[in-house]
Amino acid sequence: MGAVKEKVNVKSDVVLSAEEIVIKFNLRGKNLTAIRGCSLELHKGESLAIVGESGSGKSVFTKSFMGLLDSNGWIDSGSIIYKGNDIASYKTEKDWLKIRGKEIAMVFQDPMTSLNPLKTIGKQVQEAVELHQGFKGDEAKKLVLEILNDVGISEPEKRYKQYPHEFSGGMRQRVVIAIAVACRPNILICDEPTTALDVTIQAQILQLLKNMQKKYDLTIIYITHDLGVVANVADRIAVMYAGDIIEIGTSEEVFYNPQHPYTWALLSSLPQLGVKGEDLYSISGTPPNLFKEIKGDAFAPRNPRALKIDFEIRPPYFELSPTHKARTWLLDPRSPKVEPPEAIKKIRQVWGGK
Amino acid sequence: MNAQQKEVILQVKNLRVEFGGKKNKFVAVNDVSFNIYKGETFGLVGESGSGKTTIGRAIIRINEAAGGEIIFKDRKISGKIDKQLDREVTKKIQMIFQDPMASLNERAKVDYIISEGLYNFKKYKSEEDRKKKVEKALLDVGLLPEFASRFPHEFSGGQRQRIGIARVLVMEPELIIADEPISALDVSIRAQVLNIMSALKKEKGLTYLFIAHDLSVMRFITDRIAVIHKGKIVELAETEKLFKNPIHPYTRALLSAIPLPDPIAEKKKVIQIYDPNCHDYKNNPPSWSEIEPEHFILANKKEFEEYKKLLK
Repeated sequence: MGAVKEKVNVKSDVVLSAEEIVIKFNLRGKNLTAIRGCSLELHKGESLAIVGESGSGKSVFTKSFMGLLDSNGWIDSGSIIYKGNDIASYKTEKDWLKIRGKEIAMVFQDPMTSLNPLKTIGKQVQEAVELHQGFKGDEAKKLVLEILNDVGISEPEKRYKQYPHEFSGGMRQRVVIAIAVACRPNILICDEPTTALDVTIQAQILQLLKNMQKKYDLTIIYITHDLGVVANVADRIAVMYAGDIIEIGTSEEVFYNPQHPYTWALLSSLPQLGVKGEDLYSISGTPPNLFKEIKGDAFAPRNPRALKIDFEIRPPYFELSPTHKARTWLLDPRSPKVEPPEAIKKIRQVWGGK
Repeated sequence: MNAQQKEVILQVKNLRVEFGGKKNKFVAVNDVSFNIYKGETFGLVGESGSGKTTIGRAIIRINEAAGGEIIFKDRKISGKIDKQLDREVTKKIQMIFQDPMASLNERAKVDYIISEGLYNFKKYKSEEDRKKKVEKALLDVGLLPEFASRFPHEFSGGQRQRIGIARVLVMEPELIIADEPISALDVSIRAQVLNIMSALKKEKGLTYLFIAHDLSVMRFITDRIAVIHKGKIVELAETEKLFKNPIHPYTRALLSAIPLPDPIAEKKKVIQIYDPNCHDYKNNPPSWSEIEPEHFILANKKEFEEYKKLLK
């Protein structure tokens, strides 16, 4: 685990850096701000998990790294620096084709819809190999079989000729991962890679992604709504709410010493932490309307412990350690002491006892 | 817990469900038996294709039982039954579905969605009475009565699932089959729905059959759990007993797959994978036996002795 921490600390190995990104969408003639000045640095070889509920902007934010925003959306301001270029300024498909697949690849949520049902599995993986690695014919096929074997598909020769409908959900997700890896990307974005799968298969797919990361030297971004899933795989965790990262830190820091009330709420609503016979902690209300300008801390209206200032001024980041920071007024030395929910106190004890 | 004192509300005896014709018959549920006591939450856990949903559907008579019987409150409800009993089963056993985005009629107002069962059974005295019932059902699940005039698309996932629960409640059922009721929801909203389900259970003395693939949710909400694999129940016990003493290798595999919100424990964790070939059932067929009080397991004699040593 020491090695992981070292990796995070070194600043020079940033592979991608998003700076003050603002993303807007035009919907029915009105402008909606989906991402509100969000910054993120991605370090080489790490796994970063972005966690948040639906509509928090986690998918939109990462899609902007690949130029995959819907046609009514645009990056309003900010920069995304990748290999010395500001890819946020890319306008044409031609520019993006240099990034997609070869540099940054993506694994989507639902393996039932992300494969072409009319093409054999082998052909679909081979397409990626031919396009991004420049191999042709038998050579390419050999490579495909190797990759299929890597992602845990037995009898690749036979499977090469089969169609997606002949595969189970877990096996299809393995194929989708094979395609992504066949592009030999630097960064792999996994958008809810296991949400559509059974618990047993979920564990296997996460293990597979970990193995692939080692073998192909990948930097992985996991996007998920379930904090429980990422404890195993993530080195760092970023919690997103209403288009902004409100807390970021190493996996241990976010799980054992969470600071933002929203992170508290997400953690305490996990059934794994619930006490039987008692009510689970649940977050009341709904996320804010992104058509309107958000004043103060976006989570304040749903936060029973909100301070007055939370409704007025947007909190800055307060640093807890070189790797851990949170956007909440609770960390300001002038703020009153606010007790976190019971479940969080229990988790903190683990941290203290470590 | 004493089995004799408890009133059995539903009995499933040697249930068998088949799909397909004579040539390519597929047995989805094979020789499944269990009892559900009044007022408890009984969990049925297994992976996709294990037959857990099929069992639920066989109970509410959507899927036909090819063998065995289902007894609801001392009356057989599987196979051919008279029309009156059929109507009663429909009334008394209700179902909550997995995906609230797909299970509500997009073109109907919430008022109609909740009243549909009432209309079908003329379960109201007057228009006023019906409105009152709808209002009460909405309040029960924590929604406002004004919502009755809205359409499903105006609601979030958690609210829709609550509408799904409200339309079940309005029928005043005795047994509710909840088929993965929270799998399609965001984690933050899951808590809402789980809380409402347990509050209603206490308030109205409901009985649940809770179907899911995720054991972590199961531990929180169920009283007893049956683990099902490939159409057969392999282990059945009180929830805490099952978590304390998981015996069957498949149960152990399922338990080891639960993701823990604890990075240190997670990184140490070893995931067990269940291989059905580990059983030698050809010469020595398994039987259903009680390994400790109220804890049953599918094992042959040799395995049973080994499993006994595992008890803590």
